[in-house]
Amino acid sequence: HVNTLTRQLQDDMMEVLNEVWGNSAVKSAVIISTKPGCFIAGANIDMIKVCKSAEEVSKLSKEGQMMFEKIEKSPIPFVAAVNGTCMGGGLEFAIACHYRVATKSKKTVMALPEVMLGLLPGAGGTQRMPKMLGLPTAFDVMLTGRSIRADKAKKMGLVHHVIDPLGPGVKDPEERLIEYLEEVAVGVAKGLAKKTVTVEKKKGLMQKVQDAVLGIPLVRNQVYKTVTQKVMKQTKGLYPAPLSIIEAVQAGVEKGPAEGYHVEAVNFGKLAMTPESRALIGLYQGQVACKKNNFGKPEREVKSLAVLGAGLMGAGIAQVTVDKGVATILKDTTTEGLARGHDQVYKGLNDKAKKKSITTFERDMTLSFLKGQLDYSGFEKVDMVIEAVFEDLSIKHKVLKEVEAVIPPHCIFASNTSALPIREIAAASKRPEKVIGMHYFSPVDKMQLLEIITTDKTSKDTTASAVAVGLKQGKVIIVVGDGPGFYTTRCLAPTLVEGIRILQEGVGPKKLDSLTTGFGFPVGVSTLIDEVGVDVAAHVAEDLGKAFGSRFGGGNVDVLKTMIQKGFKGRKSGKGCYVYSAKKKDKQVNSGTEEILKAFKLTAPPAVSGDEDVQYRLVSRFVNEAALCLQEGILADPVQGDIGAVFGLGFPPCLGGPFRFLDSFGADKLVQKMKRYEDAYGNQFTPCQLLLDYAKDPSKKFHK
Amino acid sequence: ALKPLGKTLSKPGVRNVVLVEGVRTPFLQAGTTYADLMAHDLARGALQGLLNRTAFPKEAVDYIVYGTVIQEVKTSNVAREAALGAGFSDKTPAHTVTMACISSNQAMTTAVGLVASGQCDAVVAGGVEFMSDVPIRHSRKMRKMMLSLNRARTLGARLSLLGSLRLSHLVPELPAVSEFSTAEMMGHSADRLAAAFGISRLDQDEFALRSHVLAKKAQDEGLLTDIVDFKVPGKDIVSKDNGIRPSTMEQMSKLKPAFIKPHGTVTAANSSYLTDGASAVLIMSEEKALAMGYKPKAYLRDFVYVSQDPKDQLLLGPTYAIPKVLERSGLTLADIDAFEFHEAFAGQVLANLTAMESDWFAQNCMGRKAKVGAPPMEKFNLWGGSLSLGHPFAATGCRLVTMVAHRLKKEGGQYGLVAACAAGGQGHAMLVEACPQ
Repeated sequence: HVNTLTRQLQDDMMEVLNEVWGNSAVKSAVIISTKPGCFIAGANIDMIKVCKSAEEVSKLSKEGQMMFEKIEKSPIPFVAAVNGTCMGGGLEFAIACHYRVATKSKKTVMALPEVMLGLLPGAGGTQRMPKMLGLPTAFDVMLTGRSIRADKAKKMGLVHHVIDPLGPGVKDPEERLIEYLEEVAVGVAKGLAKKTVTVEKKKGLMQKVQDAVLGIPLVRNQVYKTVTQKVMKQTKGLYPAPLSIIEAVQAGVEKGPAEGYHVEAVNFGKLAMTPESRALIGLYQGQVACKKNNFGKPEREVKSLAVLGAGLMGAGIAQVTVDKGVATILKDTTTEGLARGHDQVYKGLNDKAKKKSITTFERDMTLSFLKGQLDYSGFEKVDMVIEAVFEDLSIKHKVLKEVEAVIPPHCIFASNTSALPIREIAAASKRPEKVIGMHYFSPVDKMQLLEIITTDKTSKDTTASAVAVGLKQGKVIIVVGDGPGFYTTRCLAPTLVEGIRILQEGVGPKKLDSLTTGFGFPVGVSTLIDEVGVDVAAHVAEDLGKAFGSRFGGGNVDVLKTMIQKGFKGRKSGKGCYVYSAKKKDKQVNSGTEEILKAFKLTAPPAVSGDEDVQYRLVSRFVNEAALCLQEGILADPVQGDIGAVFGLGFPPCLGGPFRFLDSFGADKLVQKMKRYEDAYGNQFTPCQLLLDYAKDPSKKFHK
Repeated sequence: ALKPLGKTLSKPGVRNVVLVEGVRTPFLQAGTTYADLMAHDLARGALQGLLNRTAFPKEAVDYIVYGTVIQEVKTSNVAREAALGAGFSDKTPAHTVTMACISSNQAMTTAVGLVASGQCDAVVAGGVEFMSDVPIRHSRKMRKMMLSLNRARTLGARLSLLGSLRLSHLVPELPAVSEFSTAEMMGHSADRLAAAFGISRLDQDEFALRSHVLAKKAQDEGLLTDIVDFKVPGKDIVSKDNGIRPSTMEQMSKLKPAFIKPHGTVTAANSSYLTDGASAVLIMSEEKALAMGYKPKAYLRDFVYVSQDPKDQLLLGPTYAIPKVLERSGLTLADIDAFEFHEAFAGQVLANLTAMESDWFAQNCMGRKAKVGAPPMEKFNLWGGSLSLGHPFAATGCRLVTMVAHRLKKEGGQYGLVAACAAGGQGHAMLVEACPQ
């Protein structure tokens, strides 16, 4: 249960406030939530989604502004007592109060995440934050939407007073904590009324200096300029919300509150109507949907797990598993491999300790769940095995047979493969109903997505178990059908092949990168090839090329193979499309690769080789393959398709994923473009039937 | 009128282990008269005092076990150094134990084990804490450089090492005052504990005042007979504890919270203070003690050690230990005549009493069907406690056991119960039975 700001809540709140103000015996007041773990989670998104016009949304914003202004200007002091989520409108509510007390509970998180939904803090946030935190910090908080824990909030000056969480006493600790918070907050409120407690915070020297410097209009102008430049660099101008936030802040600071509040409300309304906001809200809601287990509760919980292969992926999987207190065996074939993997897990945890998000003691405790070994001892007790060995069917078969000889009957065998069909791996199994695919993304501890692949033999309980493990590891999960490349790799492969084609046509790696990032991809195609590994890219392109034929053609895989021969395997070998060195930040194009590209040079058909066409050639192949996956039933629904593409492959979040993109861009428009490309190149650009269907009837949408 | 004696807790086939005598140096606030001594000096004082009071033949001591918490690095086995200095036989082996505030409890139960198993007949146990001086170290960087300097062979190598010296090398490292596992100070944890159980500032101040008032009364009435005089070289003979100071509620209420500011409830006045002191006890088999002509004070019976979450239940050891030790001996709380609890913080004692009275806590945290109940105040720490008498960490355990034995004798009770909490989220309880008079 969470509190969200709704019309109803606003009405109820005003009623109570009027009662408080009407009673002269009330000298101060405390705002507190009795819901465990939630102060106010923010405004109800549906309330915004149902609005038909910018004006309607602006009106919502103005109502919020008015309510909070009343609190701010209240004749008696208000204390916000915060325990749990305090986001968006919730935080705007809290900062309208005169004093804030917060618990240091792990659930207490403050943030203005509106920017991540393509919106802005529309209830006075853009006006109060700069006053409270100073311009630079206020911009940081609003433009990143980052979460702020209570002790950090205290340091920043966002809250006045923090209280520590309590252990068990004579009742539920959470219940007691809220009681305790109330006791402390009431004490503060009484103190405020008696003037023994003051609202003013003591400012440090740095703060005073900063305030003085920012008092100079010229300096402030420089701040706006710098922040705008930074935003433009990061967003390529594809996201309107950050710029709107800067505008609202600037209006308030430079032209006074009336103008500031006005711009905030107007911009809020405008943003709510943008396709970017719709896309980002869609992603947020999709993400929430992909954090649920739709396959029921597994028959038995996975309490111990084994990972085969201590490489980058294996160690990463082990890390996210021990992190949640699950006993994990990490098995490799060599002590060197094992030591490397162990170091990777240690480093991942130690980095967290260095950032103080965990203590060194918690790091050690977490690490105690990890057991590194070279043999299969203890496998008779594990509930799940995830293999992350080399991508070679015969090796996968070998380990599957070895593992099945030692594991208990209930144990699940999951394969972390990025392209090998699971049914082919399961062909060697005595119990194919216990075999499933779990495709993690690198680096495992940072990438949120997990793609789970089921074959027609995989049992529902096996799937439920794999989803439960993934959710425990903190993943956003899509469950897809089996086939070469499943969903994500299948969308990626033709995009990469098209990228090679574009390189062969003489567009340099840097230009290709800027065209892709300019479209909204976080990583350019050339860089992506280097990050994935040229050998892996070649492997995938060739394998899937065999499986899908000319639709996966276009670029010449021999380009990659020649690069491998010369040792250009991407970042891991120091050279790929680019040259990597620890010293230089600015990477240089690898001249060796340029020579190879010259040798494989193809002429670019002028009609479809402009910058925009290059971008749409890449995107259309991605989107067409995604649509085919939906058409063929690899994907169960467009939501999972969008989530997989954005969280696993970096499809531009501002477009919301391939299906959201088709809805907003228009399937017909994309089909038109593809037909032009088809004429120039051939059937790799032939739109699939589903695309044609949607192109024919513009009222058909993937998302309601 | 004396109540009829209950059953004895003696067990068939197990030797009766007795407390023959227990002594301690006066407990002084750190930085006062003992300030220039070392830990083993105080330990010598307690050990020598025990020998003097019992006139026990040194060669009859089979073994010595001694507790300490903050170690003086020069005397890391302080048991052996103090025993030699106190004139014990150099043929008597000695080892040092550490278990935070229950270190001398651990020393005593180690002795009980040695005697009960027939390995020894007479063991001296005790503990010392010296807070007037604590080891302050060079920083890790500096230590590393100094150790490398030792190994550097040439002048050039030494100079280049010295050249790497930075100002930051000189920042000293103080002994940790916070829990290693949670990085939380004990007083902070105690304050949260008090808040979790809803123990008010007023209740804590009242309990602390009670401790001081009772200690003062015991001191004035001459009940603290476990004290042996201690002569500080160049200074007076010390014969009294110096931290007993009954204040007024009004004065106590003026103090600001010491750990959680500004809304906390634990203050300097309702916490135990840093103390210097040492204690020692003679533990024997009953048989041997009687044969040597001694009149033992009490039997040391069942004991338990417990441990729990070091964060949220750091100081709840007694709550967990007491039901267990009672069950082991087949007694109920009502059978106990004298309670001696270690008082780390008034809030901690009251939180334990509240926890013991709570069915919710028993069911949700201890996996028990119902509460065990809390000791009645009229049997509880009647001669003061750690809050007033002082709390030299590793010396307190012997003080508690000796005091409960003395109280049983004075009050005519049969069973005494000692309980204590300790850093690390550990705890201890022991049943003491009066010897027939």
